[in-house]
Amino acid sequence: MRLTNLSLGIALGLLTSVSAFAAEGVSTKRLHPKAAEFEFEGPFGTYDRGALQRGYQVYKEVCAACHAANLLSFRNLAEPGGPGFTEAQARALATAAKIPAEPNDKGETTDDKGTPLMRSATLADRFPSPYPNENAARASNSGALPPDLSLIVKAREGEAHYVYSILTGFHEKAPAGFKVTEGKYFNPYFEGWNITMPPPLTENGVTYSDGTKATIDQQAHDVVTFLAWAAEPKMEERKRMGFGVMVFLIVLAGLLFAAYRKVWKDAH
Amino acid sequence: MSGPSTYNPKSGLERWIDARLPLPRLLHDTVHTFPTPRNLNIWYTFGGILAFCLGVQIVTGITLAMHYVANANLAFNSVETIMRDVNYGWLIRYIHANGASMFFLAVYIHMFRGLYYGSYKAPRELLWIIGVLIYLLMMATAFFGYVLPWGQMSFWGATVITNLFSAIPVVGSHIATWLWGDFAVGDATLNRFFSLHYLLPFIIAGVVVLHIWALHVPGNNNPLGIDVKSPQDTVPFHPYYTVKDAFYLVLFVILFAAFVFYSPDFFGNPDNYQPANPLVTPPEIVPEWYLLPFYAMLRSIPSKLLGVLVMGGAIVTLVFIPWLDTSRVRSCRFRPLMKQFFWGLVVCCVLLGYCGAQSVDAVKFGIPMVWVARIASIYYFAFFWLIMPIIGLIETPKKLPASIAQSVLGDKAAAPAE
Repeated sequence: MRLTNLSLGIALGLLTSVSAFAAEGVSTKRLHPKAAEFEFEGPFGTYDRGALQRGYQVYKEVCAACHAANLLSFRNLAEPGGPGFTEAQARALATAAKIPAEPNDKGETTDDKGTPLMRSATLADRFPSPYPNENAARASNSGALPPDLSLIVKAREGEAHYVYSILTGFHEKAPAGFKVTEGKYFNPYFEGWNITMPPPLTENGVTYSDGTKATIDQQAHDVVTFLAWAAEPKMEERKRMGFGVMVFLIVLAGLLFAAYRKVWKDAH
Repeated sequence: MSGPSTYNPKSGLERWIDARLPLPRLLHDTVHTFPTPRNLNIWYTFGGILAFCLGVQIVTGITLAMHYVANANLAFNSVETIMRDVNYGWLIRYIHANGASMFFLAVYIHMFRGLYYGSYKAPRELLWIIGVLIYLLMMATAFFGYVLPWGQMSFWGATVITNLFSAIPVVGSHIATWLWGDFAVGDATLNRFFSLHYLLPFIIAGVVVLHIWALHVPGNNNPLGIDVKSPQDTVPFHPYYTVKDAFYLVLFVILFAAFVFYSPDFFGNPDNYQPANPLVTPPEIVPEWYLLPFYAMLRSIPSKLLGVLVMGGAIVTLVFIPWLDTSRVRSCRFRPLMKQFFWGLVVCCVLLGYCGAQSVDAVKFGIPMVWVARIASIYYFAFFWLIMPIIGLIETPKKLPASIAQSVLGDKAAAPAE
């Protein structure tokens, strides 16, 4: 189902891009995001645990090389409504990550050779950032700043569909007459069509431990699910509570309507 | 609050209190026995709904302020801490953010209802003007509140709106600097906006008391727009309107909850989930939906100063409505001509809102939106300053019913009250 929609989306996308191109020369307005399907959509949608765990792997092995996610801590990985790692698993993931250490007993932050002191992260620590500061990030990325991914899904028009379309939109061919800027990549879902980010996902670029085939679409679906959770970690709690609230309010409205009818019976 | 009190203290304690501070008497007369026209319809429940909205905003706002940090470097992340780590912080913030939209939705319905039924006409002129003042305070409060998360739209919205003052000749740029507390929107601006955002709701609450007081002197207007003539025209506020208001309030809360729990960012702008960055201007700077009609007016005029004056004039105009309407009949139900122009106004306000959300040079269905905004703005002003006074003089109203009771109860009204 997802794949059918996807191909339909690509076909439509190409059609619109061609017609837009024909109509007014080179219009580099971004295409409408693809109509991908995610388990977390709809009033009863929840995050797919498997997708969250696989998505974390894609984030860690691929995205985190350039992107920070400053609002996330390792403890979040074991919190309810999240990827569903056990506390021990989350702690192991934290321990494997190295982050800049606090000043040691002598007040030093580097060793004798000037290398920054590092330590293992704990559950309380935030995810490590790939660059020490913005300038370093820009210097490594042809002047562009890889945005922080903590809120990326909520910070873009089109939300999850937008991020998914960006990740899977690289293989499309630039229309004749559109010249891709030197050092950039063609992506029709990105405003201006020139994106500095190189295609991040490759077929089997990650190896899933649960046997899921790591196609580009699958990786994109998984990492977008993970990023959607990162942006809205309380979504499941929100929808669950919302259901209870709605039932309560509808029953209350029914009772009040009965009371209203009774009180007003002879008044009009 | 007006008329002879019907309070009858039953116990010794009640008599003791009544002789010293007649608060129970006040409450009894205002929310219990207060004689209310028996024909108020669904649109009259929005007064109570608005009181509820104000209460919700104050309670959730005070709670949010316990966790929010008004500092340009910390504000954005403090809001995210509320969303992620404060117990039920996501719930409180989503109620507060969507509550603002719900508050404005209700106030617009309330205002259009007042316009339709002529609730601003004598003897309710002050009641209406106090209402306009509340609306103005609400807009200021909402604007300050929108700045607090310190996202991109917060920052740039604040920059655009405060820069409007720089359109004033000679002193304009000094006023802008004075408002910012700096030479640009920054930490000082954020701090004072937080302070004012906390202060204004309590001023609103005070003015709401005046609004209700001014309501209770002449009593409610009603869909017929005719005066209450006998006790048969009214029912006591409790239980008749307490139960009716409660029922419609719950329906309203269902809509409110649908947004909070199932589409909490519906009214929001994705750009506001990006931290404020003075170096990057978003491609489109859009205010919240409830300010869009005024924003459309502002942008439809090429001169900045004129645009600001028109926008301000659109609100100031509301104050003069009681004297611009020359009709002797209040309710549009009996004003066949005015009724049509009224709906024209509603359509124009919606159109203006739509135009305000588009980019300046947007063209829809082959029509430049800026021209739609211009025509709608002209209609807005023409409605109040030309149509209202003229129609009132030339229109022949339909025949008014003899009394509220007769209109509602028909023949039963003739029977003696039990």
